[in-house]
Amino acid sequence: MEEIKLMKGNEAIAHAAIRCGCDGYFGYPITPQSEVMETLMKEKPWETTGMVVLQAESELAAINMVYGGAGCGKKVFTSSSSPGVSLKQEGISYIACAELPCLIVNVMRGGPGLGTIQPSQADYFQAVKGGGHGDYRLIVLAPSSVQEMADFTVLAFDLAFKYNTPSMLLADGIIGQMMEKVVLPPFVPRRTDEEVRNQCPWATTGKVGRKSNVITSLALEAEVMQETNLRLQRKYAQIVEHEVRFEEVQCDDADYILVAFGSCARIGEKVVELARNEGIKLGLLRPITLWPFPTKEIQRLAKQVKGFMSLELSVGQMVEDVRLAVNGLVPVEFYGRQGGVVPLAEETLVALKQKLVK
Amino acid sequence: MTAKDIIKPENLVYTKTKIMTDTPMHYCPGCSHGVIHKLISEAIEEMGIQDKTIGVAPVGCAVFAYNYIDIDFQEAAHGRAPAIATAIKRLQPDKCVFTYQGDGDLAAIGTAETIHACNRGENIAIFFVNNAIYGMTGGQMAPTTLEGMKTATCPYGRNTDLYGFPLKISNLLAELDGTCYVTRQSVHKVANIVRAKKAIKKALQNSMDGKGTSVVEFVSTCNSGWKMSPHKANLWMEENMFAKYPLGDLKDTEKKHYEK
Amino acid sequence: MAKFKGTVVVNTDRCKGCELCVEACPSHILGMSQHCNTKGYHYVELKDEEACVGCASCGYVCPDACLTIYKVKL
Repeated sequence: MEEIKLMKGNEAIAHAAIRCGCDGYFGYPITPQSEVMETLMKEKPWETTGMVVLQAESELAAINMVYGGAGCGKKVFTSSSSPGVSLKQEGISYIACAELPCLIVNVMRGGPGLGTIQPSQADYFQAVKGGGHGDYRLIVLAPSSVQEMADFTVLAFDLAFKYNTPSMLLADGIIGQMMEKVVLPPFVPRRTDEEVRNQCPWATTGKVGRKSNVITSLALEAEVMQETNLRLQRKYAQIVEHEVRFEEVQCDDADYILVAFGSCARIGEKVVELARNEGIKLGLLRPITLWPFPTKEIQRLAKQVKGFMSLELSVGQMVEDVRLAVNGLVPVEFYGRQGGVVPLAEETLVALKQKLVK
Repeated sequence: MTAKDIIKPENLVYTKTKIMTDTPMHYCPGCSHGVIHKLISEAIEEMGIQDKTIGVAPVGCAVFAYNYIDIDFQEAAHGRAPAIATAIKRLQPDKCVFTYQGDGDLAAIGTAETIHACNRGENIAIFFVNNAIYGMTGGQMAPTTLEGMKTATCPYGRNTDLYGFPLKISNLLAELDGTCYVTRQSVHKVANIVRAKKAIKKALQNSMDGKGTSVVEFVSTCNSGWKMSPHKANLWMEENMFAKYPLGDLKDTEKKHYEK
Repeated sequence: MAKFKGTVVVNTDRCKGCELCVEACPSHILGMSQHCNTKGYHYVELKDEEACVGCASCGYVCPDACLTIYKVKL
């Protein structure tokens, strides 16, 4: 019998990490995600699974600790919120280039600048378009429930190790702070040293009976660096082909599609209900992977609907990817709130009718 | 007796250690980095820890250290080596972990990582090459640049009114409860080289034994950056650098036991 | 009369001609070759084979680990 627990989204991440055999966490306090580290410290996994938990001196140090741990083939992660994730971008770029598997959690708050501690989705561009320097991508998962905070923690690690690439859990402050019921993933023991060496033969586990392993993102020769870039792009093409995830609500007969992720997708479900009550055939497309983006699915839907509207806690970021996918076939509109203000389903429906349903 | 009679394995007194690769080093002729790389390699060989030593290379002239010392290596972002080493050692406590950093890397951009790794008493060795200049980028002012010393970004000499003072960061690190061993060495003469190797071995052993953070500063030359011949640079170092950065142990104590 | 006799073998391709070994040699018997190596450096050579005592001072100070020293007791 599954045990159902009540907890915050941030707490669910911590519990899921311990349970999926995570080796280490390195973080720095910032609202609204501090419960991730607080929960880990309270649980003391170093006494049970042997997981290392360390409060770093900064987000910069934390992401570089993740680099060091991931370079040893260990299952490591960090968590932060928007301003802190900006600080981590240097390290994320290095990790992506060095092709190290790890997890970065961003429980977004309103920006730019110091901004606000209220929820936001305005780090979409930063997460899916790069964020740091150079041509690289993160696998970006967007949970919309406490259950998915737990489930996607496990999934994000699995994908990271499948492709030797950093993955990101892009949640917003609502999902991080709200309490819901959750069924935590089953306990999986941490990998043994031998299992780590077998899974990650490239890792810095000590030069024993092999050539020395070097974790680096440096290549002074242009041709070598170009090949690194092309190798990364080949990998990203594989991810685009195999790892797109999304959820659809009443899209089959829809005339209009609301596109929303994270907490906005929950509001979106209510908007669909309200719209249908008024006879507007509205469907909801919820991208679960923000990168790779469900471009093909949007292209398919664009042939059978009259328009799309993107609902976001930003001034409109994901809407650009929706427009790229729709490519002018039908109108693509945007509605959103910023700075921590959360849109109501009712006002969203009004916007939908004004902008799209004519 | 001819050279041929002498050149026999049983008569060998000194040669390149096998821990040092055959890859020619990119350093300028006479660069202190070469000697320090050699000493670290020799220490690893003599201690028999090639299979359990993991190095962290910096950004700076020593960025390619991993091409020359034949052990597992991670290449850090500028200044972040102590954070990376922290995780490597915490996640693989049976390993011997060291960082190799220059003065810009350790004492400017990476000051926070350096101080906090030392303050936590991470069981790592920090090898700190202080030549008072940014070598790789072409000889700019470093936090350790001496007063009055000319560099590309203080071409009229370091004016302490404008640019602050030479940073004696090892003294600062010695003050921290997490460090167990802080020493200042040089590698310009045979006697100093012998002492420097002893310091390296001690620092590596401390990492293995979990005694806390060891810092070995090497007061070094950058003859290209200083625009001197290697020999002249050594003389200039003795005369000027040692006055500000005197050689010797700054701290050598058993760290107090602490609960992790 | 020296109690030891030594010799120095130079890895001429590795030598960068920094001359630190020349300065370090207590017997002052190292000097630079007239010839250049493949990288264009004048490499070091033993100028007086008879006088080397195999003290290895040159080897210690060499930044490029290009000197191998042998010695025998006389």
